[in-house]
Amino acid sequence: MPIDKNQVKKVAKLSRISLEDNKIDSLSRDLDSILTFVEKLNELDTKEIKTLKSIADKTLEARNDIVDDGKIKNDILKNSPEKNEDFFIVPKVIE
Amino acid sequence: MVDLNNISLTEIVKLVKLKKVSSLELTNHYIKNIEKGKKLNCFITTCFDETIKNSKTFDAKKNYDTLLPGIPIAVKDLFCTKDVKTTAGSKILENFVPTYESTVTSNLWKEGAVLLGKLNCDEFAMGSSNETSFFGKVINPIEKNLVPGGSSGGSSSALAASFTPATIGTDTGGSIRQPASFTGTVGLKPTYGLCSRWGIVAFASSLDQAGPMTKNVEDCALMLEAISSYDKKDSTSINKKKENYSKNLNKNIKGMKIGIPKEYRVDNMPKEIEQLWSKGIDILKKSGVKIIDISLPHTKYALPTYYIVAPAEASSNLARYDGVKFGYRSNKGKNLIEMYENTRGEGFGDEVKRRVLIGTYVLSSGYYDAYYLKAQKVRKLIKKDFDNSFKKVDAILTPSTPSSAFKIGEKTSDPISMYLNDIFTVPVNLAGLPAISLPAGQDSKGRPLGLQLISNSLDEQRMLNIAFAIESEIKFKQNLNRWWE
Repeated sequence: MPIDKNQVKKVAKLSRISLEDNKIDSLSRDLDSILTFVEKLNELDTKEIKTLKSIADKTLEARNDIVDDGKIKNDILKNSPEKNEDFFIVPKVIE
Repeated sequence: MVDLNNISLTEIVKLVKLKKVSSLELTNHYIKNIEKGKKLNCFITTCFDETIKNSKTFDAKKNYDTLLPGIPIAVKDLFCTKDVKTTAGSKILENFVPTYESTVTSNLWKEGAVLLGKLNCDEFAMGSSNETSFFGKVINPIEKNLVPGGSSGGSSSALAASFTPATIGTDTGGSIRQPASFTGTVGLKPTYGLCSRWGIVAFASSLDQAGPMTKNVEDCALMLEAISSYDKKDSTSINKKKENYSKNLNKNIKGMKIGIPKEYRVDNMPKEIEQLWSKGIDILKKSGVKIIDISLPHTKYALPTYYIVAPAEASSNLARYDGVKFGYRSNKGKNLIEMYENTRGEGFGDEVKRRVLIGTYVLSSGYYDAYYLKAQKVRKLIKKDFDNSFKKVDAILTPSTPSSAFKIGEKTSDPISMYLNDIFTVPVNLAGLPAISLPAGQDSKGRPLGLQLISNSLDEQRMLNIAFAIESEIKFKQNLNRWWE
C-alpha cells in the first residue's frame, strides 16, 4: 500500500488543495491504485541508465537580455479577481 | 450548391479561391450546423458576431492567396485567443479572457482563417473521454451514448459532425489521435517542438504538442503546414524552414520499410483491431512496402512512466492557479493560505486533483528518486527503443487504440481503466515523435477504428505520404444521418 489517508492529507496540504472529508476515502483508494500501477517500473534495473534531461533535441537558447515587450500593465491586471489601482489584492497575510 | 458537409477542407479552399463560395456563406453554414447540434455539447464558447464580421472583412479582400482563405475554424479551448474566453474546460478559468493570442492560432488567422468558437475538452486536457470538463460531457456524433474520446473530444466531435471543416487539438498522451480514432477522423501529433506551445494552457510541458484534426490526410497536411512554425517565444521550438506538406504529398511509398512492433499485440485485444492491423499491413505490402517485425521492448513501461512524468509536470504547471492574478477565487478562508486551498479545492475537478496530488507526491522529498527520477530513466529507454527501430524502418504501424469508442460513464469510476486507453499513443509523446491516426474501418457495431503511423522526428512528410497511400486504398466512408439535428 504506497499511500494512506494521512499521507493524502499531507500531499493535499503541500498542493494547496482543500479536500472535502467525504471524498478523502475514495481519493486515497484512487491514488493508491495509481501509485501501485506506476510501481511496475521497479521491475527494471536502471542503475546504469542516465536520466533523460530534455526531450527537445536542441540546446535551449538564451535570448539577449533586452526588454521587447512591457507597457502591458492593464493587460496583466485585467483578469485579476480583485485589484486596487496597480495592485493585486489578497486576503490579509500579517495578523 | 455543393453539400459542404461532405467535402474536404482542401476542396472548400478551392471553392473559395474560385469564388464559388464566400467566407460569409461558409460561416453561415457552420453557424447553422452548430446551432442545430447543441445536443452534442461541442462548444464552450462561440463568437459568431466576430466570425461574421471577420468573414465580411475577408470577402472584401482582393488577395485570396493564403492556405486557409476565409475558412471558419473552431479550436480546442486550450488555445489562448485574444478577447475570447479561454477556459481549458475548468471552473478555475471559467471567466478567463486572454489579452494575447497563442502562436498556433495566430498562424491560422495569418493564413486567412476566422474563429468560430472554442471547443470543449477534458479539464486541463486531463482525460480520455471528454467526461472531466466542467462544461459537461461531449457526445460522439457516431452514437448518442458514446464518448468522443479525449481530451480533444469537443474537437473530434465537432469535426465529425461538420461544425467546423478542420480543427486543432493538443496531444499530451494521445489527446488528438484517440478522439480522431473514436470519431472516424484524422489526427496528427507533430514532433515535439514543430508547433509552438506559446499561448497553450500548459498541462505537461515536455509532452504537450498542438496538432491538426481533419477529415482526410490531405487536409491534415494543409493544416499542419499552416500551424507549424519556429517561435522564439517557445524555447523548445525547432528552428527550421517551413515545409510544404500539402504540395509535397504523394502516394509513392514503394520500397519503404514499415515496422510492426510485437509489443503492441496486447492481451485481450479485440479481434476486430487485430484484423484492422492486418488489413493495414496487407495494403502496405501491396503498395510495395517491406514489412519488418520489430521490437520496442519497453512499451509496457510507457503508461506507468507517463503517469509519473505527466502529473509531476502538471502539478508544477498548475501551481499558477492560486486565485491571485487571474481565474476563479474562493471567497472562503480566513487568510491567504486558506484562500489558495479553497480556490484550488473548489476550482479543480476530481481528475485534475488526482493528478496534481500524484504529481506533488512523486516530486516530494523522499519519493523523488524512487518515482520521478526512475521514470525519467525509463523514458530514456523508451526513446532508445524507437531510435534503434528507426535505424531499420521508415515508420511504424500500430492500431491507434485498444478498442473502439466506449460508452459514456463506462470507465469513469476506475481511473486506471481510463488510462489504459492510451496504451498505444503514450509512448510517442514520451519519445517526442510524430504520429498520425487515420480511420481504417468499423467494428461490428459500426464504430470507427483507427490505425496509427509513427515516424522519426521531423519526418512528418513521409508519415503523411504513407497515411495518404493507406487512405486511398482503404476508402473509409462514414455516413452520419445527423440524428442530433
